[in-house]
Amino acid sequence: MPGAAMHYLDANATQPLRTEALQAIIAALAVTGNPSSVHQAGRAARRIMEDARDAIAARFSARPQDVVFTAGGTEADAIAIHALAPGRRLIISAIEHDAVRAAAGEPLILPVGADGVADLPALETLLGDGTPSLVCLMLANNETGVIQPVEQAAAICRRHAALLHVDAVQGGGRLDVSLPALGAHSLAISSHKLGGPAGVGALLLAPDAPFAAPLTGGGGQERGRRGGTQPVALIAGFAAAVAASQSDDRAGMARLRDIVEQAALAAGAVVCGDPGNRLPNTTCLGLPGVRADAQVIALDLEQIAVSAGAACSSGKVAQSHVLRAMGLGDLAGQAIRVSLPWNVSRQDVEAFAVAYPRMAARLRSPLVPHAA
Amino acid sequence: MRVMVAMSGGVDSSVVAGLLHEAGHEVIGVTLQLYDHGAATARKGACCAGQDIHDARRVADRLGIRHYVIDAEDRFAKAVIADFADSYARGETPVPCIRCNQTVKFADLSALAIGLGAERLATGHYVRRIDGPDGAELHRAADPGRDQSWFLFATTRQQLDMSLFPLGGMTDKRTVRDIAQRLGLGVAEKPDSQDICFVPSGAYTDVVAKVRPDALEPGEIVSSDGRVVGTHEGIAHYTVGQGKRLGNAAVVNGRRQFVIATEPTRRRVVVGPRDSGTRLVSLRDINWLIPVPEEPVRCTVKLRAHEPPRTARVRTQDRHIIVELDEPALPAPGQACVFYHADRVLGGGFIARTNA
Repeated sequence: MPGAAMHYLDANATQPLRTEALQAIIAALAVTGNPSSVHQAGRAARRIMEDARDAIAARFSARPQDVVFTAGGTEADAIAIHALAPGRRLIISAIEHDAVRAAAGEPLILPVGADGVADLPALETLLGDGTPSLVCLMLANNETGVIQPVEQAAAICRRHAALLHVDAVQGGGRLDVSLPALGAHSLAISSHKLGGPAGVGALLLAPDAPFAAPLTGGGGQERGRRGGTQPVALIAGFAAAVAASQSDDRAGMARLRDIVEQAALAAGAVVCGDPGNRLPNTTCLGLPGVRADAQVIALDLEQIAVSAGAACSSGKVAQSHVLRAMGLGDLAGQAIRVSLPWNVSRQDVEAFAVAYPRMAARLRSPLVPHAA
Repeated sequence: MRVMVAMSGGVDSSVVAGLLHEAGHEVIGVTLQLYDHGAATARKGACCAGQDIHDARRVADRLGIRHYVIDAEDRFAKAVIADFADSYARGETPVPCIRCNQTVKFADLSALAIGLGAERLATGHYVRRIDGPDGAELHRAADPGRDQSWFLFATTRQQLDMSLFPLGGMTDKRTVRDIAQRLGLGVAEKPDSQDICFVPSGAYTDVVAKVRPDALEPGEIVSSDGRVVGTHEGIAHYTVGQGKRLGNAAVVNGRRQFVIATEPTRRRVVVGPRDSGTRLVSLRDINWLIPVPEEPVRCTVKLRAHEPPRTARVRTQDRHIIVELDEPALPAPGQACVFYHADRVLGGGFIARTNA
């Protein structure tokens, strides 16, 4: 069975919990109190929560009053679309996460190029008809790591009086992100993608963003934008992770990612997406002719945890809509994603560099009748 | 050794995984996602996976073994569901479980097993694999009521070599359930699966109608001399040998009628009395589990899953295989004809349309 020697290279699915986050959670769990309560216990809880809000707001150059705590990235995207979309047509990029795709209904699709980058002239054309619109463009793609031209997209949107929502679940905490500098109207971030606990995230709003109605009004928490008692301990852990992520060594991370990539390229893999414009921790490796699920399983048997496509909750590996949108054809079902966590070690990537060619040789062997 | 176990989420394959794990093997559980369960049951919002995949994962959790779900939807749709509908449209009565065993289960999973370094592929089928002088042999299960050898005749000798069927020697299902109980598996009392997995409502013609609507267009029922004796609602409803669903054509000249042939191009169902059977059965897609015989073989054959074996002689004629039955029968095209010597499966093929 999998055990001690696992090499975890699936950060874009979830990151290991940072020590700072764990300590903050434990400390906050010991505090009894509902942040909405009047008494001193409520005040104690509220103080923890508001300190966290201030810290997160500061990191993304937002105002604390514009930070809405949510149950995670998916809910932040859903609230944003629910609050910003009324009276507007939706345009989403072809590579958005299911969190956006599911909330968007039947939107217009903004195409991406073979490099995985959204097509800005197409956005200009789509918005050119003057219809009031909400555009959704992610900051960095979860499968390829390719960073999207959000600033330029925001400029185009603002020129056409359209709104822009940015799913920054992968980019937030791994890039320097400033909401005003991006020019977006809202930004979704997730705690566990940057080393905090799962179950909490935030929607950051620009001061000029409209907010039609909450998804769940409840008791009016979060200034009426998201009802429900806030999970104070998770929020404290979230803020601690955001703070800790600031001292991550991104250049070092990219060097380790390059070791992964070189080993795979030498074994016949191709890198999917613009290699010069990615999150430092992510690479998407296509292995022509070999099913992605077989690659993930074979690597798991070698104690290496990676993923492929959009993992359904059933556990099956479905074909990637992202790679399909990039026009990669069959390769869309033959690519794995390697994403290095904040605490990745040289041993981890070296283990991958040994296991990958072995996996590729075995699954490409003529002894293996070609499975479906 | 490393063994891959095909886990359906039912009690049988769960016990196989449990027994092999208990015996000290490194077990890799694999469950095939064959079709979109939500779409098949037409329940809005139902998960694509269904309860069986969940059950298989929980069994793997309980045993502490690795488990993976393999997306085989495209392959299953083409190799099994489309073939199923096409076969009905050709006027045949297909056996999708054989096609599935032949393609998705044994061909694809053994390929994956080899690729992952597994030495064996184990399933919960009730058959016995016995090592003989010429390699692995396929035999009927110890429990004749559960024997599934008929469904596995198309397994190649290579696939059989790497197969394991730990339940083949079980004398009754209670024993299997008791093992599941002892291993603490939640599926111990789960009911046996029924019929065709991708037809949850039991109306297989609904599936055929979606893929091949032409197989469900009405037509005529005629007697063997060509007289129209009734009408029908689509040849997919009929199997050679069937006596039901004939309406006015059920009795002709005072004699009970049975389907003796279907004519898909003319959309006709041909009926006749029970004694209109044939002694000669022609087969296609033969698979031998013994060295290909040069002389005719005396053996018993089974023309359907659930019928007693018949005595026959199997011979080759111009590269076709002809089965000469000692007594006439009404073999249904598309069904399997499996050859046995006592409990051993010698081989088999699919019953071909004689007038095709």
